[in-house]
Amino acid sequence: MSARRPIRNEDASAVLARHRDLFDDSALRRATTLAAPLGILGFTIFAVWWLAIPFSQIGPGLASLGKFIALMFPPSTGGHLNLLLKAMGETLAIALLGTLIATVAAFPISFLAAKSTSPHAAIRFAIRRCLDTIRGVDALIWALVFVGVVGLGPFAGILAIAVSDTGALGKLFSEAIEATEERARESVLASGGTSLLAVRFGLLPQILPIIAGQILYFFESNVRSATIIGIVGAGGIGLQLSEQIRTYDFDQVAFAVMMILVTVAVIDWISSKLRFAIIGRRAVC
Amino acid sequence: MTSSLLSVPQARLEALLADYQREVGRRRRQSLLVLAILAILIVMAGHVGEVDLGNLARHISNFTSYFGRIIPKLTAANFGADVADWYWNLAGWLKLLLDTVLIAYLGTLFGAAGAFMIAFFAAANLAPNNILRWSIKRSFEFCRTVPDLVFALMFVSAFGLGPLAGILAISIHSFGTLGKLFTEAIENIDMKPVEGVRSTGSRFIEMVRFGALPQVMSGFASYTLLRFEINVRSGSVVGMVGAGGIGQDLFVAIRKFYYTDVSAILLMIIVCVAIIDLVTERIRHRLSGQEGGR
Repeated sequence: MSARRPIRNEDASAVLARHRDLFDDSALRRATTLAAPLGILGFTIFAVWWLAIPFSQIGPGLASLGKFIALMFPPSTGGHLNLLLKAMGETLAIALLGTLIATVAAFPISFLAAKSTSPHAAIRFAIRRCLDTIRGVDALIWALVFVGVVGLGPFAGILAIAVSDTGALGKLFSEAIEATEERARESVLASGGTSLLAVRFGLLPQILPIIAGQILYFFESNVRSATIIGIVGAGGIGLQLSEQIRTYDFDQVAFAVMMILVTVAVIDWISSKLRFAIIGRRAVC
Repeated sequence: MTSSLLSVPQARLEALLADYQREVGRRRRQSLLVLAILAILIVMAGHVGEVDLGNLARHISNFTSYFGRIIPKLTAANFGADVADWYWNLAGWLKLLLDTVLIAYLGTLFGAAGAFMIAFFAAANLAPNNILRWSIKRSFEFCRTVPDLVFALMFVSAFGLGPLAGILAISIHSFGTLGKLFTEAIENIDMKPVEGVRSTGSRFIEMVRFGALPQVMSGFASYTLLRFEINVRSGSVVGMVGAGGIGQDLFVAIRKFYYTDVSAILLMIIVCVAIIDLVTERIRHRLSGQEGGR
């Protein structure tokens, strides 16, 4: 900072000469920087060709989309506000109970799936693959299956969310367990505690804030996904929404979408408050 | 024994113990309160959600027998022919699966491109204009909160059946989620390089190009790859409303009780998602390695 000397042009060229290699573009370097964009472009062209995207439809499609949007104003309840409110309540109930059941189910499973607490590698492997399979099937497909089991209605939605989230939460919980410090548990064991006490006092305090944050996050995302599973008859506002789109009642679609937006915003706000209360402002990931 | 070891006066010890008990009691009361609120919510939600455990218990055999029925009959003696019978439409399904992957690819690409161009105007540390920033943030929120199936339904009505509706629905949803993630990544950058570029009197675009972009590029790529994997999964679902891909066949198979078809298609989707998961994880690890231990 002190003794500032004037910058001269010679300095610039000297610096350039010293770091020649940074500015020289070798053929290999140029090829690697070009490869990624070219690959993306090539694959895009292939995809457009393979899917035979009808470009002629885009113009008329946009026009009718504009018509739909014009029909959305002013949003209207269509005279059944009560029905919509009940459906929104169902959506929240599906998200809450689905998340809670998934948590209760995933918690014990995650101990079997975590490297540090699993009784045997074979059990761990089997449970991991099971969780992967459950996760690989979308919640909407689980909803279709459960509609066949318990009939139409929000109960099917609850079970669908519960099952598909058990897969995801089980994986996340077990990763949280694996990321804990072994030392706390070892010290409980060293002072004569049983392995159950070691988990209770050495492990749980470390994972509880992480798990609580993840549960809240899943509740938020489940409120979003519970808005669609109604499309297959599993309760919630999705049923009304899909019916209204199919019958071109776009003023009611706009109202339902606004209800979803407001509800999701409120839920996000509440759960971010709760998250701050649980894990503190700094640790928010 | 404790007193001989620690030599804490009896009175002091009692005061400490009382404090400890009070603190523990306070926390117990707090968690009891939370549990009570949760219990009330559960009862309310159970009522609204029409939870009927008796119904579940009566029909749970449907659930287990469903999985019994979707598992194909494979015999060791006639294994090859049985598998061929199970996957009787392998060529058709593979083509549809490729459709789904390509729909997800194009949807992710367009969504990511849109989010990339706009995210810099939405980040609090770079945004040139607060009103613009606020409206971009709200539009991201809109795009990711409205379910992609709702967009797909509308686009199917507007553009007709086919992959175009699916691509558009997925790109809009990806635009919303990636926009949020990109914006947050930009807001977390080190501002010194940006200030360095700004001090040379450069314009906004150069500030972004040389100050911000090198810091966020690998993060962007890794978010996009993660999104691609998620989109392959949801791409198999948007087909259900006629927006192209394998979802249509899966939906028909479930609804018409073609049991072994359901397991065949589901297995294909799961394997495909798992492969993409593995590949993108590899690439993401390499990208985060390049970042130099951030």
